[in-house]
Amino acid sequence: MKIEGLGPLVAEHPFFAGMDPAALEIVVGCCANEVFKPGAYLYRQGEPADKFYLVRDGLVAIEIYVPGRPPIAVETVEAGEIIGWSWLTPPFKWSNDARAADTVRAISIDGACLRTKMENDRTLGYEIYKRFMPIMARRLLQNRIRIVELATEPGGGE
Amino acid sequence: MTPGIGSKSVFSSDGLATLVSILRNQGYRVIAPHYDGVAVAYAEIETAADLPQGWSDEAEGGKVRYSKSDSPSRFATSQGVQGWKRYLYPPRQLLFSAERAGSGFRVVEPKNKEAPMAFLGVRSCELRAIAIQDHLFSQNGFAEPGYLGRRRGALIIAVECSRAVSTCFCASADGPEIEAGFDLKLNELASGDYLAEAGSEKGLVLLAHLILRDPDKAELAEAAGQAEAAKAGQSRQLDPEAKDLLARNLESGRWRKVAERCLTCGNCTMVCPTCFCTTVEDVTDLTGTHAERWRSWDSCFTIDYAHIAGGSLRQEASARYRQWITHKLSTWHGQFGSSGCVGCGRCIAWCPVGIDITEEVAAIRAEDRGPQKGEAS
Amino acid sequence: MDGHPLSHGLPPDPMLPRQFRIAKVKAEVPGVFTWHLTPLDGGGFAYQAGQFNMLYVFGVGEVPISISGDPRDGSKLIHTIRVAGSVTKVMAKMKAGEVVGVRGPFGRPWPIEAAYGSDVIFVTGTIGLAPLRPLIHEVLHQREQFGKVVICYGSRGTGDILYEDDLHHWRGRFDVNVHVTVHSAPAGYRGRVGSVAAAVRVARITGDSTTAFVCRSESMTKPAVDALHERGVTSDRIWVTLERNMRCGVGLCGHCQFGPTFMCKDGPVYRFDEIEPLFSVREV
Repeated sequence: MKIEGLGPLVAEHPFFAGMDPAALEIVVGCCANEVFKPGAYLYRQGEPADKFYLVRDGLVAIEIYVPGRPPIAVETVEAGEIIGWSWLTPPFKWSNDARAADTVRAISIDGACLRTKMENDRTLGYEIYKRFMPIMARRLLQNRIRIVELATEPGGGE
Repeated sequence: MTPGIGSKSVFSSDGLATLVSILRNQGYRVIAPHYDGVAVAYAEIETAADLPQGWSDEAEGGKVRYSKSDSPSRFATSQGVQGWKRYLYPPRQLLFSAERAGSGFRVVEPKNKEAPMAFLGVRSCELRAIAIQDHLFSQNGFAEPGYLGRRRGALIIAVECSRAVSTCFCASADGPEIEAGFDLKLNELASGDYLAEAGSEKGLVLLAHLILRDPDKAELAEAAGQAEAAKAGQSRQLDPEAKDLLARNLESGRWRKVAERCLTCGNCTMVCPTCFCTTVEDVTDLTGTHAERWRSWDSCFTIDYAHIAGGSLRQEASARYRQWITHKLSTWHGQFGSSGCVGCGRCIAWCPVGIDITEEVAAIRAEDRGPQKGEAS
Repeated sequence: MDGHPLSHGLPPDPMLPRQFRIAKVKAEVPGVFTWHLTPLDGGGFAYQAGQFNMLYVFGVGEVPISISGDPRDGSKLIHTIRVAGSVTKVMAKMKAGEVVGVRGPFGRPWPIEAAYGSDVIFVTGTIGLAPLRPLIHEVLHQREQFGKVVICYGSRGTGDILYEDDLHHWRGRFDVNVHVTVHSAPAGYRGRVGSVAAAVRVARITGDSTTAFVCRSESMTKPAVDALHERGVTSDRIWVTLERNMRCGVGLCGHCQFGPTFMCKDGPVYRFDEIEPLFSVREV
């Protein structure tokens, strides 16, 4: 599924900075250009996780559905960041909704397709994991700090 | 004879009794060392007979012992349990009272009806402690009028030390010689007489009431040797670079070690003559129409001292001990231009577990790695 | 005794309060309210942005509260108060017409001149906007002295955004960028969700010519400073305000000490590089 012109867009996204061009070409082979209107879902909680997104423009909200109340937005992802890691780990199902808070331009990368390629090309696999790890570590740390903030800052409804 | 400021004269043992009664007749409360059955502390006396004649003391970490002999000496004990801050900055001070009036209230400043005080028997370490508190309570824009008012009316009669107890280390802190800061300075001689020197007009006027004679050479030599003897009697020493040493060792493991022994009882802050921390309490009577604001002594060792919404900022005893010692020996310099420690050693003697401030600094020195790159040495 | 500190007259007692009437009580977000105070004696009450007063409730106690009004408005003294302890609990029940005691203003103010000629970014959250609002007012009064002006504000949710009217008003100005971030929001919310540090990371400022004014709780100050560092704002251009137990406000009780400083007179505003080494030492 080669899409002309996507290569440079993928290469310029911060996530793939410095990636070996040959590996990059494999990735591009799994890419598609996407646009989401405000309020549209990128993916839904519980559904099979088969993509991840390079956010090029706009704001994406991570919303979580819990029974007994309306869903709740817990984080937004900015342009220049990536969203979606459930495609990397069993059970390969989305753990939350991802919804466009405004008009979102993104590049989706076919996770199922890329997973197979990573399994066969361990170097490619390592390059992808190497980029995911720091992002997830950072998000984990930031969320821990948010827990500290919510535990220590005053706020209504305590 | 008519002495001038700085010149020396001698009065007899009886002259001291005369001095006390003159002061009382002039309306002074005379505060002096007094043995109260347990220890020698500074208390109001009525006559010279209330002085601890014949009493001497010895001190070690966590231990103070008094003994009596037939000696005519009235000033053979070292320092009183607490310094003079008990009188200059009392443990409880009424800051104001207020009465409800209409929708508001009327604030009434307390009238200072306290009689002026004459301090008899102020030691070298205590003179320096008073000077330190004079300075910290008269900061520009942040002065304490209660202390300054009491201080202004106070008359200081210093007595030079001729001995030291083992907890003394004033030689590391500009002592034990007394050169300034007094209205009258006395050296108690072996004969029971007193070598006297006026340091101010107030002191001169006082001396003029007494029968004085010129000192002889022997008496002058005896007096001159007293501070030397007090210095020689000191075995403890405070590291002269404590200020920077502590500043660069805030994360030393030593703090945890001392915390294993420290009870955070705060005794050290109560007996230290320069500690000045207080808290403020607002109270009201049962009718709710009369309110008072009181200031009372507080200690950085209490867990609530550094309490803000969310809890206490210094939970660990190690942090609180560190706060006390680094304030006293290090950050005091940045705040007030000098060390906060006068080397009196009371904190060592009155610590129930005998923690020794000089030993703690020495322990920090032993593991110090020296100034790091980029730090001031 | 010439030159001796006692050779001049006794200074006035800084522990005596001045009476102010509560002219108005305004509910803000849950647990937070604002007082408009006017002096009983009809006199003035000058202060600078960043300073605080000790507010006294007859017979109950005194607490340090930042001043939250426009320093150029001499008609009312504004304090926004959060219920946090025994004194503020009583304050929350007081009504217009009642009288409180005020001592102050105390503390080192925000140094507005330090930001002249640079971009300005305010980083704050929850009730932190209260001590910062006087500075925002003053910056906007002198708008031409600064480059870009960005306000980053964070709260728990959309229901506890402090001074929402002011934020809307500032957002409406073409020369101010306002970013509000909440920790959670109803699904479909169109704004930023996360920590306020995330907004700092994407703020439109030029790092090396920006002055930052941070007003957060001490635990949240470090993440805000880290985000500013990531944007190239150095510690000597970051100003923070901290908080300590204050019993007197005038450098006498000793409680507010932070390293060698007395927070009531050397702070509560600090330039971050001045205190950076202390910040990393536990329980100092």
